[in-house]
Amino acid sequence: MDSFLKAENLTFSYINEIEEPPVKTQVLKNIDLEIGRGEFVAVLGHNGSGKSTLAKCFNAINIPESGNAYVDGINTRDEDKLLDIRQRVGMVFQNPDNQIVATIVEEDVAFALENMGVEPGEIRRRVDDALKTVGMYEYREHAVHKLSGGQKQRVAIAGIIAMRPDCILLDEPTAMLDPSGRAEVMKTIKMLNREKNVTIVLITHYMEEAAQADRVVVIDGGEIMMDGTPKQIFSQVQTIRNLGLDVPQVTELCFELRQHGVEISQDIITEDECVEALSKLLQTQR
Amino acid sequence: MAVIKTENLTYIYGEGTPFEKKAVDDVSLEIYEGEMVGVIGHTGSGKSTLIQHFNGLLKPSAGSVYIDGEKLWEDKARLREIRFKVGLVFQYPEYQLFEETCYKDIAFGPKNMGLDEAETDRRIRETAQMVGLKSELLDKSPFELSGGQKRRVAIAGVMAMKPKVLILDEPASGLDPKGREQILSLLKEYHQATKSTVMIVSHSMEDVARYADRILVMNKSKLFCLDTTEKVFHRSEELSSMGLSVPQITRVFNRLKIMGVIPERDVYTTPYALKLVLGELGKE
Amino acid sequence: MIKDITIGQYFPGISPVHRMDPRVKIILTAVFIVMLFVADSIWGLIVGAAFTLVSFMISRIPLKLMFKSLKPILPIIIFTGVLNLFFIKSGDVYFHWKIFTITSEGVRTAIFMAVRIICLIIGTSLLTYTTSPIDLTDAIERLLSPLKKIKVPVHELAMMMTIALRFIPTLIEETDKIMSAQKARGADMETGSLMKRAKALIPILVPLFVSSFRRAEELALAMECRCYHGGEGRTRMKQLRMTVLDGYACFYTAAFFACVIAVNILI
Repeated sequence: MDSFLKAENLTFSYINEIEEPPVKTQVLKNIDLEIGRGEFVAVLGHNGSGKSTLAKCFNAINIPESGNAYVDGINTRDEDKLLDIRQRVGMVFQNPDNQIVATIVEEDVAFALENMGVEPGEIRRRVDDALKTVGMYEYREHAVHKLSGGQKQRVAIAGIIAMRPDCILLDEPTAMLDPSGRAEVMKTIKMLNREKNVTIVLITHYMEEAAQADRVVVIDGGEIMMDGTPKQIFSQVQTIRNLGLDVPQVTELCFELRQHGVEISQDIITEDECVEALSKLLQTQR
Repeated sequence: MAVIKTENLTYIYGEGTPFEKKAVDDVSLEIYEGEMVGVIGHTGSGKSTLIQHFNGLLKPSAGSVYIDGEKLWEDKARLREIRFKVGLVFQYPEYQLFEETCYKDIAFGPKNMGLDEAETDRRIRETAQMVGLKSELLDKSPFELSGGQKRRVAIAGVMAMKPKVLILDEPASGLDPKGREQILSLLKEYHQATKSTVMIVSHSMEDVARYADRILVMNKSKLFCLDTTEKVFHRSEELSSMGLSVPQITRVFNRLKIMGVIPERDVYTTPYALKLVLGELGKE
Repeated sequence: MIKDITIGQYFPGISPVHRMDPRVKIILTAVFIVMLFVADSIWGLIVGAAFTLVSFMISRIPLKLMFKSLKPILPIIIFTGVLNLFFIKSGDVYFHWKIFTITSEGVRTAIFMAVRIICLIIGTSLLTYTTSPIDLTDAIERLLSPLKKIKVPVHELAMMMTIALRFIPTLIEETDKIMSAQKARGADMETGSLMKRAKALIPILVPLFVSSFRRAEELALAMECRCYHGGEGRTRMKQLRMTVLDGYACFYTAAFFACVIAVNILI
């Protein structure tokens, strides 16, 4: 797979200049990470682990202190290419309210394209396209503040995909949503990845969401602690727990069963797998 | 005795306007002293509107609310007094912090109750300890703390009023798994230590299942049921069909039940599931 | 409740008024205001009121909303009405008691002023009801664009207005929530002296400011991520284009204006 996002020995610190002398807090330490085009990567880590900071390094909001970040081969330090980078890598944030600029749905979706100087007819086409993709076309003339959380977040995603980015970084997009809103957003993300081949980097606290990705990266204390398929990651229940994270309930159950000497596969992470394994186990028992 | 009781409680938003909407429809229920109740329902089911009636923030359009046997809204002068009996913690409570120090912020409630300095101080220290807030943090500005700590300060601010009933709207939302776990278990500890009534509003049936004695389910502005956790989860298919997300483990065991490989038992927590499977395998 | 405020709210529709070029709408609204003030007789004002009413009918905005937009300024209307009623002493005396005198001239002026204010409010709210805030700011930006030459930051001002309009409902909701939360902690905002009440606002204002700053920061970041870099090289999805419709609208307004002037001269 050809690499799309790349971090090379990347280090980043926040500097608090209010304090005297300025206080430097290192958030990311020597990160090496490569994410391929079309991959769906979930990033896990507790609050303050540096995962959002890392995401912001990939669209030139944060410029590395040392080391480099590349987007599609472009170094994020290259200031002339700033708009190229942001157009290739869109970002969706946690609070849907604070990323929607315009009052009316379609006008918000058009915002990025207007900034890019796309000509009006093309904006119209792309906005309609993006709204249809996220299933919000019927709402195009609605006022944003009257939508549900899940709908607002889909509008925010439409505003990003209208730029036709190769990659979308989502920073806990479902944290403020109810279960049905969460499901709406996850469905949209997966569809974009499968059908439009958009590279997805999903930062989340929900293990069931992470289990749906192709790859899971776990960050703690500004360093990459684990990197692998969801099965590889979640089968290490003890390590995950030590990092202050969780595993899906079914994985937890199978782990506990194994602790009690029951022979059951250790890489069960979905409902279906669990049902299959347990029914087999219990049927042979009878 | 019921500490909260409603009789045919109905609330209509924007009465008389074209946007009129029945948010709570004919709800009669009783919440008993010392129990831990989970409140679930999808967005717009009326659960938030319902709980705001319990401390008189909203006035019923019809029907009545009794707190500790006393009818709300009968004597408006008593309203504030009764309000102190029911502590309400809103969603994202850290967004209501405003004082220079955590200490002063927690003191806001007790001061409004007219407590003296010594009693206020005692309560602040007690609740700070209860929510796991180190005493050196009390003199810091709440705006310097981390998200999880801010939330603890905000919850302590309501706990310090020592309400008979503590109601929390989504107390764990937006936190990471560890933070969620910590907040929920500290609420359980508070419940056990103070023997007060605690109501937790949540979208997460997993959290509710683990902590609540009884569950109140709201659906389309109506009370769907208020029953023991076990009995509520017995109706898990109905819950899913109203758009609530049933815990993963419950879904798994419902399917196993249909396949006939496990007995008719409602499973909603992993420890229970573990026990059940081990029992079936004869390993216990 | 605080949520009921309707000022500056847009009601989508497809009526001719909705479809007009917002620039023309702004200019015609200005003309309309002038028209109301030119009309100095009851008859002139009736023409102005007719213009308001007909425009409202064409826009197909529910009548209910028209009254709703009047509700917040009702006190002002009553206040000026009462003032005029009692303080104008010329004309025939209808009623006299101690210092209160009601004269024919007083009644006439009171009604006149009330109708004028009502027309003014309805007419201008028609502009905000039928024009999306973005169109409105867009139109203002373009109408004012000649000022860019003298270094007035027109684009920035328009952007600020857009964002302000977008966040009004959000902040109103937030204020409501914070108020409830503080009330639940026993905050007392309804009793006490003026000073005490002002002080009681602190627990509401501080969190509101803090959250507004947080929102501003997040919004700025989100805008940057969406390639925002000021007004330079920006295009717009919705091109403002004047159509025959705007021609009709100008003609229609001009006709009414002429009527007002004619009435002024003749009566």
